[in-house]
Amino acid sequence: MDTMRDRLAPVVTRLLDEDPRVAAVLAEIGADGFTEARRRHPDRVVNVGIREQLLVGAAAGMALTGLRPVVHTFASFLVERPFEQVKLDLGHQGVGAVLVSASASFDWPAGGYTHMAPGDVALLDTLDGWTVHVPGHPDEAETLLRHAVAAGDDKVYVRLSTQSNAHGLPVDGERFRTVREGRRGTVVAVGPVLDAVLDATEGLDATVLYATTVRPFDAAGLRRATEAAGTDVVLVEPYLAGTSTAAANDALAEVPHRVLGLGVGRAELRRYGTADEHVAAHGLDARSLRARIGGFLGAGGALPPRA
Amino acid sequence: MTITGEDTRTYGYTDLPALMGLMTGDEKHGPAATSTLDVLWVLYDRVLRVGPERMDDPGRDRFLLSKGHGPMAYYAVLAAKGFLPVAWLPGFGSYDSPLGHHPDRVLVPGAEIGSGSLGHGLPIAVGTALGLRAQGLHEPRVWTLVGDAELDEGSNHEAIAFAGPAGLEALHTVVVDNASASYARPGGIAARFEAAGWSARTVDGRDHDALYDAFTAPHPGRPHVVVARVEPKNA
Repeated sequence: MDTMRDRLAPVVTRLLDEDPRVAAVLAEIGADGFTEARRRHPDRVVNVGIREQLLVGAAAGMALTGLRPVVHTFASFLVERPFEQVKLDLGHQGVGAVLVSASASFDWPAGGYTHMAPGDVALLDTLDGWTVHVPGHPDEAETLLRHAVAAGDDKVYVRLSTQSNAHGLPVDGERFRTVREGRRGTVVAVGPVLDAVLDATEGLDATVLYATTVRPFDAAGLRRATEAAGTDVVLVEPYLAGTSTAAANDALAEVPHRVLGLGVGRAELRRYGTADEHVAAHGLDARSLRARIGGFLGAGGALPPRA
Repeated sequence: MTITGEDTRTYGYTDLPALMGLMTGDEKHGPAATSTLDVLWVLYDRVLRVGPERMDDPGRDRFLLSKGHGPMAYYAVLAAKGFLPVAWLPGFGSYDSPLGHHPDRVLVPGAEIGSGSLGHGLPIAVGTALGLRAQGLHEPRVWTLVGDAELDEGSNHEAIAFAGPAGLEALHTVVVDNASASYARPGGIAARFEAAGWSARTVDGRDHDALYDAFTAPHPGRPHVVVARVEPKNA
């Protein structure tokens, strides 16, 4: 299967062909994929070199002239390194852009912590007005990229990962999707953790919601799910644990509720290896999730043997 | 000239101290405020093709005040040119005033960007030049004003290093040099830009004709910087 990021250049190339407002802004990372697009649209495909502050600042300047910039590099260099540019050059100026990251929380564990950004969504949460898409499959990534570019002048973050579910689901760029219904709790699975969550909750009488757009948080969708499933909520996120806990608490502010936030641990793991090993180390594999979700929902029991 | 509100006066350079006095309460101003005064006046009076009636015109020149500290001279010039009412000036910095100690583009008519944090204007100006070029708008020129100490910000070095090789002819930077950087730039400020492929002029920042000549010097295929020297901040 191709990766979500494999879809980026082809999708954006088509959008560059279709819409004269669209521009791609790069800082070397991923520039090879845009060679043909750059030939066709030399002024709308810009590679600023290894200059991430300029990457975001220049995108903001382009947006001020009316363009719709799509800005891409690894999450560490897109959100964390030029964070003040994201805050001021986009937010404070009142212009938008589509930031598309790659590498996610630990897509390249052998590359170490310098290329990990589990805090990216939490960091954007300190700012106002960002839409955040976290696709769980390349097909979903393609759809959400199109939604992001089409979203007027909104500020949109699309978080691409090499981690993926086996199958894509229809996504609408707004709401959580109910993939399983139960009565003893609600589990919200964000993007690429869905398969592990479905394995982990097999045989549990729990509702599973699938979230590929986490900001704005689908508070109404969560409330609706809890009407039948009760107000015990587990969030399973592929980035920093607890990133959406406040959003879930706000959604359920009017009713007694409990929220457990699972995700990537805050402590630096300081290990290389594979993504699967990091998934396990952060307790995000199906067996660990089963224990933690089952324990929290009081619906324990060992994970049934896999067929 | 379009005049905002009921004020139908025409203002000139000699009115600027009085306009600034409306903000500060007297006619003595800090170096940060007055260092930019002549540069701003010559740009708005003789160089920039902008006006209150053109703020939605894609073909207008863009002026991005990167050095948002001490914006009284900027507000005075904008008021003199009719972008904002003179009546706003006395409220400077108050809760209900659109005029803060750093300008906000959302609140200040005529302000292309909000600034205050150093090192943002030039990168945004690069993007503005790129965006205009991508839309076939080759007439409008993009100007940004930075301070000499502001050039210390790495974001400016990213922008300087990119804009030269990218041949951004529409891009113009004016560096108001009041010798406020802690460490002098080896070879001088203009050399930094020239090494990156910019056209550069260094002039007396109080000499209006010299500023005008430097601002309007041809620079085919290259971005252009004017280093405007004014009296040292701590002199």
